[in-house]
Amino acid sequence: MIRTPLRPLARVLKARQTGENPDAIERENIRLRHEEMRDKARLRAQGRLLVLSVFFLGAFMTVGARMGHLAASEPMEPQARASGSQILAQRADIVDRNGRILATNLETHALYAQPPIMIDKEKAARELAVIFPDLDEKELLEDFTGKRKFLWIKKKLSPEQKQAVHDIGDPGLLFGTREMRLYPNGHLAAHILGGASFGREGVHSAEVIGVAGVESRFDDFLRDPVNEGAPLELSIDMTVQAAAERVLHGGMKLLNAKGAASVLMDVHTGEIISMVSLPDFDPNIRPRPPTEGEPGDSPLFNRAVQGLYELGSTFKIFTAAQALELGLVNQSTMIDTKGPMVYGRHRIRDFRNYGPELTVENVIVKSSNIGTAHMALDIGAKRQKEFLASLGFFQPTQVELTEAPGAQPLYPKQWKDISTMTISYGHGISTSPLHLAAGYASLLNGGTKVTPTLIKRATPQQGPRIVSEQTSKASADMLRKVVTKGTASFGEVPGYHVGGKTGTADKPLTNGRGYYDDKVISTFASVFPAHDPKYVLIVTLDEPTETSGPKPRRTAGWTAVPVASEMTRRMAPLLGLRPEIAPAAPAKVTLTSN
Amino acid sequence: MRGFLYVISALAVVALAFWAYQQNYATQQALRDVRNLQNDIATQRSRLAVLRAEWAYLNRPDRLRDLAEINFDRLGLLPLMPEQFGLVDQVAYPPQPLLPITDPVETRAGPDIGPDTDDEEVQLP
Repeated sequence: MIRTPLRPLARVLKARQTGENPDAIERENIRLRHEEMRDKARLRAQGRLLVLSVFFLGAFMTVGARMGHLAASEPMEPQARASGSQILAQRADIVDRNGRILATNLETHALYAQPPIMIDKEKAARELAVIFPDLDEKELLEDFTGKRKFLWIKKKLSPEQKQAVHDIGDPGLLFGTREMRLYPNGHLAAHILGGASFGREGVHSAEVIGVAGVESRFDDFLRDPVNEGAPLELSIDMTVQAAAERVLHGGMKLLNAKGAASVLMDVHTGEIISMVSLPDFDPNIRPRPPTEGEPGDSPLFNRAVQGLYELGSTFKIFTAAQALELGLVNQSTMIDTKGPMVYGRHRIRDFRNYGPELTVENVIVKSSNIGTAHMALDIGAKRQKEFLASLGFFQPTQVELTEAPGAQPLYPKQWKDISTMTISYGHGISTSPLHLAAGYASLLNGGTKVTPTLIKRATPQQGPRIVSEQTSKASADMLRKVVTKGTASFGEVPGYHVGGKTGTADKPLTNGRGYYDDKVISTFASVFPAHDPKYVLIVTLDEPTETSGPKPRRTAGWTAVPVASEMTRRMAPLLGLRPEIAPAAPAKVTLTSN
Repeated sequence: MRGFLYVISALAVVALAFWAYQQNYATQQALRDVRNLQNDIATQRSRLAVLRAEWAYLNRPDRLRDLAEINFDRLGLLPLMPEQFGLVDQVAYPPQPLLPITDPVETRAGPDIGPDTDDEEVQLP
């Protein structure tokens, strides 16, 4: 490199001759040199910046490209890793309390057509109509020859059907894999399970979504891959449910009822062991909701949860229990039952005249409306309302079904004294059988509130206290006496100490003014074993008629009670209860002398 | 010396290339095996799901009830009823076996008792 001298001799001499300061030359040269150095340094820095920016650009581009690729590509399972955690895209199974399958998935195929690549459209349409009798040949041909480039033909195929379609041999008929929801038990627990259908559909797969019942309520849980395929465990016992459905169906047919519902509930845990609503349906081929007629008559309607009925005299035990709890009466207090009881322009009558007065126990045993109304008047409207509210009769049940929140009980907005009196024996308030089951369970399990649930749980519910243990015990005793010597004498099942209360309520006219003479809702709310309540069973029949006698009989004692008794006989052994002799009261020791 | 080093390193490069090539193909083969295995597992899983569904379908209460009714002559199955529960007191236990005779006593009496056949039946422990 040539280094330019700071003081070149030639210029210095020349400057001396002309009398200039030669230092100026040196400074000038230093300045030039510095400028040159600065330029070089800047150039180098700029070069470095360029390199760095290229490097960063490259890095960011790589990251961006990778992100784009990840976002755009089909997800794939890592191959090289040991298959420890598998990705489960399947909807989880639903099992009963013993792990038996209630709902599972089955791989099947959907059939679709691409008309542009079809060869013999007439033949394909003809043969498809032979394989699937519900398809119309003309419509298919119209679809194939029209403008459509893609159409679904069938959403689910059986393997035989798939083979038959294969045998047509048309390249335009294609199959897409499908995951299909299967309910292997058919009608069993149909209202609880609900049903499922396809959501968004693609060629390769389709989303399965629940449309009703627990399938819809637990849709997120069932589809959540975090659970790694853990099934949803219901509190239902399949065997008990099957027995209940069979007996209730038989009873419904024998008694010419148009519908029936039953709820069997564990009084301590609040688990629903069996819940039946008839008529029912097959969730594999869930029917469409009806567009005409009463929605309450559709098989899709869950009478046990959605059906709001005046459940009649079954409510009397709540009035009696509250009177006992408040200390207004004890079991042998005499209550005025002189009839008819006139209040304003209302007259309250009994089924027959029970004499001038009865003990509290006999008011329940003989089911006296007048006696119950007198007790309710003593309790008063406010306290009665609070008590019924604490049992959950004014709120929809919190059971885990999509349909449950819609079943808001009906009760008078203005709670007058006459309402107090009629509601004390179950008229003027409409609740579902499940409400009644929860109310009975809360009253009889020792007096703490239980919320009905469909999910299996291991421990008893620790709800707030509603009545004392003595009241709970006394209520169970009174219910037992209804069976041993009262209106529910057909309800006795040897060895199981059934206690219960009958209820027969006239159905309200559809126009809302008054009641039918010949249409009733008959209900039997029972508990067994009465000396140590474990299960509550509610049976409700819609418009039953018992025709073995000279006159048709409709009271619950002749209709709902025998059905409930047969159900108890069939279900109690399945629940693992063995028939036993009720323990006698401990012998009292009387002190005779010191 | 230097030439020798060059030759050695060239040979090493060739050897390493050969090794890397082999490893590459072995890895690809292993990946292929894993993929096949995973396909097999997936097939078996779906088969298992189908079998489970079929098991549930074949064991549905309706069918079992019908089968029990059809085969009532042979099996005599009835629904579980309270009467079928028994108490321990009702069980007829087999009679307690006699204690073994440890010191046989001569019981032979006079000749008028009967034919003398007991000797063979007395079992000594």
